[in-house]
Amino acid sequence: MKDFIIPDRDFGTPESKSKVMVTLNVDGFDVTVPEGTSVMRAAAEAGITVPKLCASDNMAAFGSCRLCLVEIEGRNGTPASCTTPVAPGMKVHTQTGQLKQLRRGVMELYISDHPLDCLTCSANGDCELQDMAGAVGLRDVRYEAVENHFTPKNTAGELNRQWMPKDDSNPYFTYDPAKCIVCSRCVRACEEVQGTFALTIEGRGFDSRVSAGAASDSFLTSDCVSCGACVQACPTATLQEKSVIDIGTPERSVITTCAYCGVGCSFKAEMRGDELVRMVPYKHGKANRGHSCVKGRFAYGYASHKDRILNPMIRETINDPWQEVTWEEALGFAARRMKDIQAKHGRQSVGVITSSRCTNEETYLVQKLTRAVFMNNNTDTCARVCHSPTGYGLGQTFGTSAGTQDFDSVEQTDVVVVIGANPTDGHPVFASRLKKRLRQGAKLIVIDPRRIDLVKSPHIEAAHHLALKPGTNVAVVTSIAHVIVTEGLADESFIRERCDWDEFQDYAEFVADPRHAPEATELLTGVPAAELRAAARLFAKGGNGAIYYGLGVTEHSQGSTTVIGIANLAMLTGNIGRPGVGVNPLRGQNNVQGSCDMGSFPHELPGYRHVKNDSAREVFEKLWGVTLDHEPGLRIPNMLDAAVEGTFKGLYCQGEDILQSDPDTKHVAAGLAAMDCVIVHDLFLNETANYAHVFLPGSSFLEKDGTFTNAERRINRVRKVMAPKNGFGDWEVTQMLANAMGAGWTYTHPSQIMDEIAATTPSFAGVSYEKLETEGSVQWPCNEAHPLGTPLMHVDGFMRGKGKFIRTEYVATDEKTGPRFPLLLTTGRILSQYNVGAQTRRTANTVWHEEDVLEIHPHDAEVRGVKDRDWVRLASRSGDTSLRAKLTDRVSPGVVYTTFHHPSTQANVITTDFSDWATNCPEYKVTAVQVSPSNGPSDWQEDYASQATLARRILPAAE
Amino acid sequence: MSPDKLIYMANQIATFFESKPHDEGVRGIADHISDFWEPRMRRQFFQLVEAGAAGFKPLVLEAAPQIRRPAEA
Repeated sequence: MKDFIIPDRDFGTPESKSKVMVTLNVDGFDVTVPEGTSVMRAAAEAGITVPKLCASDNMAAFGSCRLCLVEIEGRNGTPASCTTPVAPGMKVHTQTGQLKQLRRGVMELYISDHPLDCLTCSANGDCELQDMAGAVGLRDVRYEAVENHFTPKNTAGELNRQWMPKDDSNPYFTYDPAKCIVCSRCVRACEEVQGTFALTIEGRGFDSRVSAGAASDSFLTSDCVSCGACVQACPTATLQEKSVIDIGTPERSVITTCAYCGVGCSFKAEMRGDELVRMVPYKHGKANRGHSCVKGRFAYGYASHKDRILNPMIRETINDPWQEVTWEEALGFAARRMKDIQAKHGRQSVGVITSSRCTNEETYLVQKLTRAVFMNNNTDTCARVCHSPTGYGLGQTFGTSAGTQDFDSVEQTDVVVVIGANPTDGHPVFASRLKKRLRQGAKLIVIDPRRIDLVKSPHIEAAHHLALKPGTNVAVVTSIAHVIVTEGLADESFIRERCDWDEFQDYAEFVADPRHAPEATELLTGVPAAELRAAARLFAKGGNGAIYYGLGVTEHSQGSTTVIGIANLAMLTGNIGRPGVGVNPLRGQNNVQGSCDMGSFPHELPGYRHVKNDSAREVFEKLWGVTLDHEPGLRIPNMLDAAVEGTFKGLYCQGEDILQSDPDTKHVAAGLAAMDCVIVHDLFLNETANYAHVFLPGSSFLEKDGTFTNAERRINRVRKVMAPKNGFGDWEVTQMLANAMGAGWTYTHPSQIMDEIAATTPSFAGVSYEKLETEGSVQWPCNEAHPLGTPLMHVDGFMRGKGKFIRTEYVATDEKTGPRFPLLLTTGRILSQYNVGAQTRRTANTVWHEEDVLEIHPHDAEVRGVKDRDWVRLASRSGDTSLRAKLTDRVSPGVVYTTFHHPSTQANVITTDFSDWATNCPEYKVTAVQVSPSNGPSDWQEDYASQATLARRILPAAE
Repeated sequence: MSPDKLIYMANQIATFFESKPHDEGVRGIADHISDFWEPRMRRQFFQLVEAGAAGFKPLVLEAAPQIRRPAEA
């Protein structure tokens, strides 16, 4: 695949990490490269491109295409430059009479079995085979193949049995076997880059064919996860994006950041005019290193989906249909209502929810709106329902509310612990990088009630899977600490140097108590003691130990306690402050880290400074010319409670869908219905908008400038590649709303907002768009002490000074199973869908997941008379819903599992209002439920659907 | 917020701090509620405590005097 405008030169083979340098001579030029570099790469370093077809610098050399031959003085023959390592003093010739003839001969053979339809081929202008034919000067093809793979019929009109039709089963790309040169790049990309092993070369010699899955499989039915690595690797039109077939080649590319998960992959948005042709992962992106998943690579169609609302709308009450109005009218209406509410019900009666899908700049403005214009601290964000315990737990123990490493760190990890996370579905590109390390020999411990893919998949097997009962994380983590302390596996010198020794001793005494021994906790956690002991020993003594965790840790009544327990484990084993170790929360949404950094929480100003601190408030008071409230504001669940009791009446909600994503849907609906002014600012009429009075159309990540901060604290640029279809970037809309309320803001570009963030927030002091332009990205803290950012945190000492050990007593959740609700429901996500599905449901990704299903163990299903694909009623003490059952032993008996991507399922009707003791993060991961056979949707689902239909009526615009 | 829910939340915080040394635990509860509870919630909390509402854990009641009083509404 060729590059447009921004050349990502392909050096042919991967970089060597050796520190020993070797000098050789290529075509008369001396070049010095690290030992272990291929001759091909050395030549490329010298600026000489050796012709090649099967080599690519993101995978190991393969040596099959025979095009990259070179001559080396003193050696026989013409070795392949991709598989030949450099040697000191080597003299290489890349272009000789013999080589020219050989290469032309090789190309001639390739072309003899390749159709010559270049002009109408979808890869025209983007084909390496075409380029190489040109490069070697191929002018004539002398062979007339008796048999070939590309004509459906021979000249006599008989079917060609070697010809295979195009496979267009995948919604995003096609496989055309007629164009294949069997270079194996796709197969190797699937193995080495993605780690799925869905592709293989079937047959041998002339019969060799790329094959997805078994013989009866198409690409869609195979194990293929549609990451696009094979499509990117393919040098011809064999694997080709359907969008390129449809549109043609792009003419320019713009580097930007994916708007899906917290990995924050860098992409090249390849454009023709203002039409997006394709998204290609950017090789120099430091989070993804040139890889992607199906969402970022292909699922961008929502941005131009017909459901997008492009005009502002208002209505008197939520029972009225929507009325399209001008921006001026909509903003005037919203501002009037908010002012009236504040006049009548007080300053504290309105608030905002910032978006973890919007940019840092946009989030900063929304929290500024509430602090400086509404004059209160009622701001919260979706992190409340996902990683707020991370903020609390890591803040208490280490002194900073973020992951400690960069993603590159996984390349140096020896033992990986994955707790309550499912990276192959939730954070796929990180999962690919992790799997690569596991295939190199790193050990894996999975702590999860469900058998996630990482537990066992091709060439990956966890050393230990601790399949605990939902809700017992603290008991398991504390038991691991018990083993480490009582068996003398702790890293005492690290603890003495870096942590508070007295606090450690108190903690050690606490965990050493026999009630924390794995033999004692086994009864409640369901984890065999011997297995837990073995896992603890491996983590403590297996080399660099890194912990990665997700929402299976945080979304519990004891979420914050588990985060503290994880931090304790890392300190206990000295696994902090160098590459390959650390505590790594896998953040859910693209900018949830950023939204937290930007002061979205009601108790914290940007940079995690409590509103009670006079000095922090003063910085903003001086700049904004207002007096800030020193009291913490309302969190999302508190806002809803206050709404129900009548003291909270107005909400500006940007890019979040709390009605679908937050727990206990009925309570959320009641809270929203009790408000006088709900302003929803979004791409679509989402579920929350059913209860809104003002709808302000949003812009997609392709339509604005800004920055996202990913799970490794990396601040990446988001770049505008097309004009906003709704007319304004989201930051402009927030500014217009603020100004309608009299704020007088005058930002003309998001870079000015970043300058204000840098001026007020110490950890961002060194961040500017100029720096991001030159560096590509930086990881905060980025300031005078760390001008280029901080890939690894707590290297010489913890942010808070000494690391703090805190006791972690296990407390059983009050959500208990019993005769009425004997099963435990836990929730998660799936690869092809994202969060509430507002984006991915509006793409062809639905082909992989068109509805949420309930995973149930065959034993639990049998005693209930439930068969696979049956409708079942899922009930908890909060409510009930219906969905289809899927029988699987991935879940243990007693545990059921579902996803929450579809509003029609309403999984959150079931979840309860129990929440984390410290942060009110809801307990999504444990709900006591009963499952019974059902005929179809529940009454609630039907009522909900009809209310939603009514609430979404739009009157034609007034003439 | 319903009184039950508020009492439940306060007790949840106290449960975490029960494993701390006594004085540290009491201070921990008080700081946590002062730092994270919006004045409306703290106001309701004090009303309940002062009305002698049942159900609070003893440690919560012990921490109450150290919790920051919100300004009158």
